[in-house]
Amino acid sequence: MSAQDVQDWIGKQVAGNDVVLFMKGTKAMPQCGFSMQVAQILQHLGVDFKDINVLEDMSVREGVKAYSNWPTIPQLYVKGEFIGGCDIVREMFQAGELQELLTAKGVAHNKQALTA
Amino acid sequence: MGMAAEDIARMIKESFPDAEVRIEDLTGDGNHYAATVISEAFRGKSRVQQHQMVYDALKGNMDGVLHALALKTATP
Repeated sequence: MSAQDVQDWIGKQVAGNDVVLFMKGTKAMPQCGFSMQVAQILQHLGVDFKDINVLEDMSVREGVKAYSNWPTIPQLYVKGEFIGGCDIVREMFQAGELQELLTAKGVAHNKQALTA
Repeated sequence: MGMAAEDIARMIKESFPDAEVRIEDLTGDGNHYAATVISEAFRGKSRVQQHQMVYDALKGNMDGVLHALALKTATP
């Protein structure tokens, strides 16, 4: 795939799924502590999300960094919007802001889930 | 591999002269840091924008020589 094809592919994933997590490893088997934290937060909140393992494809790993102008993995997208990496997602979760954002964007999640 | 805490602080300070910068070496291996950056420059910016500004200051060292930088940004 050319660099442009990769950008188009990433755009399609982000547009075609309500919640997308670009991560190292999979939600079942994360390969990096930061990716694991975000996957765990989403699972804790009962959010159905698509996981994309960047370790399977170097062009996606580099492409997603260019896509969002964000230098690290994991990267969380909700309804097409880049939300942040591990630090931001954790901060938002702890403040209850992630739950508010999911509600505002109409993404189903378990509203009874406790904050950290 | 890795970066010295002083180098990280210096690069951030170059882009944010007013900033209060705290760097903590989490594991003592020069590879896993936590940074807190407090600067007026962040006012009115989203969290993503604030972090992007710090990453820009580190000029491509993120996810390369610098694997892990837990980042917290705030305004004074």
